[in-house]
Amino acid sequence: MSAAALRSAAPLALARRRRPLGLAIGGAVALLVILVLGVAAGSVAVAPGDTIGILASRLLGLDVPRTWSSAAETIVVELRLPRVLTAMVVGLGLAVAGATFQGLLRNPLADPYVLGTASGAALGAAIAVILPVRTLVLEFGLLHGLAFAGALAAVFVVYRLSRVGGLSPLTSLLLTGYAVGSLLAAGLAMAMYVSGAGLRQIFAYLLGGFDASSWLRLATATPLILGASAFILLRARALNGLLLGEEAAAHLGVDVRRERAVLLSLGSLVTAAAVAVSGLIGFVGLVVPHVVRLLVGPNARLVLPLSALFGASLMVVADLAARLLGEIPVGVVTAVVGAPFFLYLLRRTRSGYEV
Amino acid sequence: MIRFERMTVAYRGRPVLSDIDLLVGVGERVALVGPNGAGKSTLLRAAAGIVAPVAGSVELGGEPIARLDRAAIARRLAVVPQQATLPFAATVEEVVGLGRLPHEDPFRGHRPADRAAVAAAIERVGLGHLLGRDARELSLGERQLVLVALAVAQAAHVMLLDEPTVHLDLRHQVEVMELLVDLNERDGTTILAVLHDLSLAAHFFPRLVLLDRGRVVGDGPPAEVLAPERVREVFGVDPGLVRTATAT
Repeated sequence: MSAAALRSAAPLALARRRRPLGLAIGGAVALLVILVLGVAAGSVAVAPGDTIGILASRLLGLDVPRTWSSAAETIVVELRLPRVLTAMVVGLGLAVAGATFQGLLRNPLADPYVLGTASGAALGAAIAVILPVRTLVLEFGLLHGLAFAGALAAVFVVYRLSRVGGLSPLTSLLLTGYAVGSLLAAGLAMAMYVSGAGLRQIFAYLLGGFDASSWLRLATATPLILGASAFILLRARALNGLLLGEEAAAHLGVDVRRERAVLLSLGSLVTAAAVAVSGLIGFVGLVVPHVVRLLVGPNARLVLPLSALFGASLMVVADLAARLLGEIPVGVVTAVVGAPFFLYLLRRTRSGYEV
Repeated sequence: MIRFERMTVAYRGRPVLSDIDLLVGVGERVALVGPNGAGKSTLLRAAAGIVAPVAGSVELGGEPIARLDRAAIARRLAVVPQQATLPFAATVEEVVGLGRLPHEDPFRGHRPADRAAVAAAIERVGLGHLLGRDARELSLGERQLVLVALAVAQAAHVMLLDEPTVHLDLRHQVEVMELLVDLNERDGTTILAVLHDLSLAAHFFPRLVLLDRGRVVGDGPPAEVLAPERVREVFGVDPGLVRTATAT
């Protein structure tokens, strides 16, 4: 066999790299279309033309001739728009956090929840449900507050505990995250066991959803998620250096200890804000960065912004599907779509990690 | 220039290098040789500022390395590790491109000058035919060449290499050695390389530093450092196994 034939027969299925600018423009257009569809569709359908008209008149202040009812306007502006935008921001945040944790931990199986945020948030939410206290500050109940605090507290504990012992920092972080997560899961199981009538509410939180979105909650979570994501994007260099390992990153000018602490904090902040408003929605943060890497390669300068774009679109579509299927939990939709896709990714990813 | 002054490095209280006094001048080409566990790799890590000495000091270009931040060190000094691992698929070109990290624009990433440096490094190391391949699927030797190309792209005045030829076949061993000589003589890059193959070291390097149990026990031209009685004493083998033709 000739050398050329050998080469073509060899299983080098590295997908051809796509142009990042084209992907960005295509992704942005797709996101706009998806947003309009997300606002138009639902149990009460509003014609896409009317939807655009309402959005143009209310958001852009344009003088559009009114062809719609005031009920349609209320549905679009007060219910659908905050819901769709919340899904967009949460999808963006989870995808960016996923790309960050995968790069930081140098682990393709990492997701935004890997260092205890998910179990911390879940336990916080469960405790809020079983506590006989009901408060509401700026539309935020105890559930949102304790979920946010629980997520951040869990990561903080994992980070502090991982800094002792002789393991490499990365292995230690992952194993500590697993151990603390298991402990919190036991707490969650206990809380669910004693929750009685609150069980359904805890379940709804664990599966995630956007049916309870509001403008005020959106306005609180958005600056946190977008702000922290922007800071992560500015540190893409560090994530690129870490591609070849922590020592290699140091040789390439990355202050590994500092970047690890900063990126861990920012990624956890994004995740905590996302899970506080939407519950635990899986697979978006795991799968989206992999798809983007398949298209443009591992450069974090491209992976982070494109993951943000695709994660936002995917979450709006998932929420739309959940609504059209009769308000099933969004987490069920993302798992049903994401798990098979992840298996497909695993199959086409060959083993052999070393360079 | 790298200067070690009365440097002692210890891991968990156990000294690995003791009382090292060594100067690698600007434009020198030095091979670090010695048996396994002599402290060669640790000496490189100390020179790169990755491990801090418990006593004594390390200077890079006249400045204490402890006072330089990682970015400043990376612009002056490139390191070729024995191996590295990649968590995600990356092409050879993308991996070599990481060498530009210390130079790239913090906001815009690679500029034309960076892309040119990457292309030149790939060409110089002879990896053009592997350009778009997944670096994780290459042979051990090819991966080692990728790491050498990455360091070439980094374009630092000093290059440290940790056994750069260990997985290479004979032809590639010679090619890497010739590349190091070329980088040294044509570009003026200071080279400090850990080498296991004494014949290769003696042939391509004008100065050898012999380490044994954490101490410098020989420093000078190959014929002097690899004198038969010393090879027998340090390596415990028949000195006839080592040909010490001096560098030409």
